[in-house]
Amino acid sequence: MTDDIFQGYKGAALEVLKKYNVRVWGTAVIKTTRGEFSGTVLPRSENDDDKHIVMKIPTGYNIGLDVVTITGMKETGYKKANYKIPEKEFPYTEGLPRVKLIGTGGTIASRLDYRTGAVIPAFSPGELYGAVPELASICNLTTEKVFAVFSENMAPDHYKKLAIAIGKEIEAGVDGIVIGHGTDTLHHTAAALTFMVQNSPVPIVLVGSQRSSDRPSSDAALNLMHACTAAGHGDIAEVMICMFGPTSDEYGFLHKGTRVRKMHSSYRSTFRTIGDTPLATVTRKGLKTIKETYHHRRQDRNVTILPYFEEKVSIVYYYPNMQPDIIDSLVEHGYKGIVIAGTGLGHVNKAVYPAIERAAKAGVAIYMTVQTLWGYVHMFVYDTGRDLMAKGVIPAENMLPEVAYIKLGWALGQTSDLEEVRRIMLTPVNDETTPGEPYNGYLIYQGGVTEVEEFIRKVHK
Amino acid sequence: MAQNLDPKLNYEETKRRIGYVTRGESTQETYDRIGFMSGLEVHQQLKTVQKLFCRCPAGVYQKPGDFDAEVIRHMRPTLSELGEYDGTALMEFKTRKEIVYRLKSKTTCTYEVDDTPPFPLNREALSHAIEISLVSKLNIVGEVHITRKQYLDGSIPTGFQRTAIIGVEGEIPLKNKKIRLIQLSLEEDSCREVSDIGHTRIYRTDRLGMPLIETVTYPEMTNPDEVKEACNYIRFLGRSTGKVRTGIGAGRQDVNVSCKGGTRVEIKGVAHSNWIPDLTHIECFRQWALLSIRDILKLRFPDAKSWKQSHVLLDLHAFNSKNGFTKDAKASGYKLVAVNLPGFKGILSHFTQPGKMFANELIERLKVIACIELPNMTHSEELDPLFTTADWDKVRLLLKPGENDAQLIIRGPEEDIKTALETVAERCLMAFAGVPPETRKSFADGTTIFERVLPGADRMYPDTDSAPIPLENDYIESLGKNQPEEVIVRYQRLKSWNIPEDCFTYIFRKNLFPLIERIIAELDMNPAFVGKFFGHTVNWVEGQYKPTAEFDYKIIYALFRFIRQKNLDISIARRMLPLVYQYPKMEFESVLTSISFKPVSREQIVSKIPFLRDKLAEIRLSEGEHVEHNWVMGQLRRQAEGNMSLKELHEVIGAIG
Repeated sequence: MTDDIFQGYKGAALEVLKKYNVRVWGTAVIKTTRGEFSGTVLPRSENDDDKHIVMKIPTGYNIGLDVVTITGMKETGYKKANYKIPEKEFPYTEGLPRVKLIGTGGTIASRLDYRTGAVIPAFSPGELYGAVPELASICNLTTEKVFAVFSENMAPDHYKKLAIAIGKEIEAGVDGIVIGHGTDTLHHTAAALTFMVQNSPVPIVLVGSQRSSDRPSSDAALNLMHACTAAGHGDIAEVMICMFGPTSDEYGFLHKGTRVRKMHSSYRSTFRTIGDTPLATVTRKGLKTIKETYHHRRQDRNVTILPYFEEKVSIVYYYPNMQPDIIDSLVEHGYKGIVIAGTGLGHVNKAVYPAIERAAKAGVAIYMTVQTLWGYVHMFVYDTGRDLMAKGVIPAENMLPEVAYIKLGWALGQTSDLEEVRRIMLTPVNDETTPGEPYNGYLIYQGGVTEVEEFIRKVHK
Repeated sequence: MAQNLDPKLNYEETKRRIGYVTRGESTQETYDRIGFMSGLEVHQQLKTVQKLFCRCPAGVYQKPGDFDAEVIRHMRPTLSELGEYDGTALMEFKTRKEIVYRLKSKTTCTYEVDDTPPFPLNREALSHAIEISLVSKLNIVGEVHITRKQYLDGSIPTGFQRTAIIGVEGEIPLKNKKIRLIQLSLEEDSCREVSDIGHTRIYRTDRLGMPLIETVTYPEMTNPDEVKEACNYIRFLGRSTGKVRTGIGAGRQDVNVSCKGGTRVEIKGVAHSNWIPDLTHIECFRQWALLSIRDILKLRFPDAKSWKQSHVLLDLHAFNSKNGFTKDAKASGYKLVAVNLPGFKGILSHFTQPGKMFANELIERLKVIACIELPNMTHSEELDPLFTTADWDKVRLLLKPGENDAQLIIRGPEEDIKTALETVAERCLMAFAGVPPETRKSFADGTTIFERVLPGADRMYPDTDSAPIPLENDYIESLGKNQPEEVIVRYQRLKSWNIPEDCFTYIFRKNLFPLIERIIAELDMNPAFVGKFFGHTVNWVEGQYKPTAEFDYKIIYALFRFIRQKNLDISIARRMLPLVYQYPKMEFESVLTSISFKPVSREQIVSKIPFLRDKLAEIRLSEGEHVEHNWVMGQLRRQAEGNMSLKELHEVIGAIG
């Protein structure tokens, strides 16, 4: 019980609380060499030091007191906070589509966690309805938490579990699936699900938020509404990421799961389709398609679940003066697949050639992608490229490096026959490689240019 | 069915009944009778190079129409740390505002628009805030915790203000009493509003994120003048450290007022301390009036729960009002809804503020909460009715009111009518309880209008993006070393130097005390002269002229020294100042040339007196004791300035006579 009444305190601070017999959530008067303070003692975040006691003063602010200045403490009462998102039963509305929200532990709905001082997700339909009541007019929502991990901790096992869970839901007859997910590796999961869940008759929409829902300006609520609209009402039956189009609260984009990437560490509009246009825009009123062709929603339930993954696959991000031992060590450690993110059209320096040769000989599948992200690998243009191909490196067209990594893991999970792997890698499942790049697939405007400035003055960023 | 109530008479009668008197007529007894109580939250921007949580420049401003890009946000209420929703948050959510931010790339980065987490807190601002806390005798915290204070009006794109307590429990001395301080916090400033029309509110982000301190007093001021005195004291104290910004918008205060039996109401963003006395006076009486309304209603409805308004949609084409109320409604496709307020007869025209009645409370909330632009309603107790008696009779036929009921007609877009009806019902029910907790916006005439529901402590939330900052003893001690004298001590010293009191405000406002002290000590000058020179002459010149370059008050030190070195009489400073002020870079010698100063000896000046006397005798038109003396003085003043003391000249003229 000690843990509970002195939640998060350790060392000197814990000693002081014990000495004066003051509990967390106790209201107390504390005498210090800097004067007297009163308020409610709050839990301390685990990663913070052991030299301070945190309290909420009557005006609602939090302050910390240095334990070396404390000369006396007296508990005068006790008042524990009950932090709970109001739970209301999610209403069922006849005629609205059935949407399943699968939780993986993102920041869609969250509350404060005193252990870390950060936010932890809240999730039940009741909590979601309490936080985003508008959802009830979009769909009939049910939820299931498959697991709870931060985005950066997602691993192949999670992809497989998700794919299987999705398969079950589709067979059970849902009209659409929304997956709540942290944003850091959202695009890896989107690629993995594209390969593992094929021929889906319903939309599978991955969604996250860049600002946690404990903030008034969070993008979580609007993203969730957009995702539920796309899943319940949209006609695009593909694996997609649904996140803000502009940073303004205006519309969302639906990005194809294989052509999308997180491009900014903190912007709301961080996800961008690379080398193509997004599939559609979405508002609460519905979808507006951008791409003319896509997989349409169907009434059948014929989905194919392919939950395979070989974990011994790596991405090597090339840099000048890379040494061959980088490649050698991967081979020594039993890696079966390497995706290189090369420079320019798909190049690495001569120094690593021998290592590549050794890797190829050892039966490692090696694929070349470009760290420019936009554009194709073209290994015939320079000698370097030709040499590399001769040594066994296979160009992966315009597949994004992260997508190539996921696909290679998925392919090697199914077979160790390198020819078969090559066939799988170079046969697109859903546009991870495309026959060409549209002229408007690469648009990065630069600020300061007169016409660009005019544009962003008129169009909400 | 006709209404037998004269609104004008009722207004005057209710004003008399609550005992409203003007501020001029009020004494401490007046305020004791209604239980005047007031506290302050004084905001002062800190003089730093950069903003508080990002590296954008502080103090660079843009014009309302000057922007590079716009970003749109909507705000949603979230739970507080203690698991409650805040009342203001829910009100703002009801208003369904679309918030537009106008960005200028020079003053705004991705932090201001909440597209990147905060950078570490600006240390320059932190040390400024601690220094001022020390001068305010506050207990400094051991660790600074950054807290989010929710603001759903959109004035901050994150939906909350990052703020942190630096010290608690201090005090300031006024002339006759001490006022205790609750706390001092360091916070980021908010956006400046460009416009707020219908469902769109526009802000610019230049001021957003600038560091400021908020000093909060206990509600211990018991009359309007005391509130002003406390406000000035806090501002002067900040200025005495030289660490706060001055100028338009750099300081604003929120003034909390209540009367006996009333509620804390916050008058927001008062830019001038001169406005405070009228604002607090009128607000205290507004609350007193609302309590009178409560008592009337309680008599009429012993159980407030039984009160219920009714409404009916009006046929626009059946009415034709004055001032285009119905005509414009037709043109805009608005709806007219008539509402019956049982038992509100005589309440709508009940006095609340000079020139305002209870009906204004409804009008103001309709604008803010239902977002319906004015004129958003008319009612049965208008001093200048928009509808004829016959029209009101038609309305009453539909509403079937009782003898003591009042009626109003709401005009607005169909989609806002539901919120409008809720808003009216909500405010009327609040009248049964007395004074609703509100924040109110101030006007120069001392009146206020509804701005928002008053937020409570439920809008606080720890900032999960920032780590706490420990404040070690050594650091605080080092900051405490260069503390200025207390303002009250300086006040007493100015008095002992015989500087007139009407100079004090100017001297403290501009933080000129240290400079005056230096001039007196180093140049050995008459303190009263120096004080008056700043408090009267410099003050006047500033109001008359515009400097062509930045004018630093230290130039006056140099000016006095120059006059001393040239062996001129100090009176020349008054003549030189307008030019020195306008052209701070001009050399003093050139200033003398420009004002056509000529060195003349004392003897030469004095020798002219007899000649002037004779001349006057020839041209003199009026008799009188001082005529001759004044005329001679006037003739010689110009020549004498700088060459001899005017006082001496004055004496010499008298003596020779």
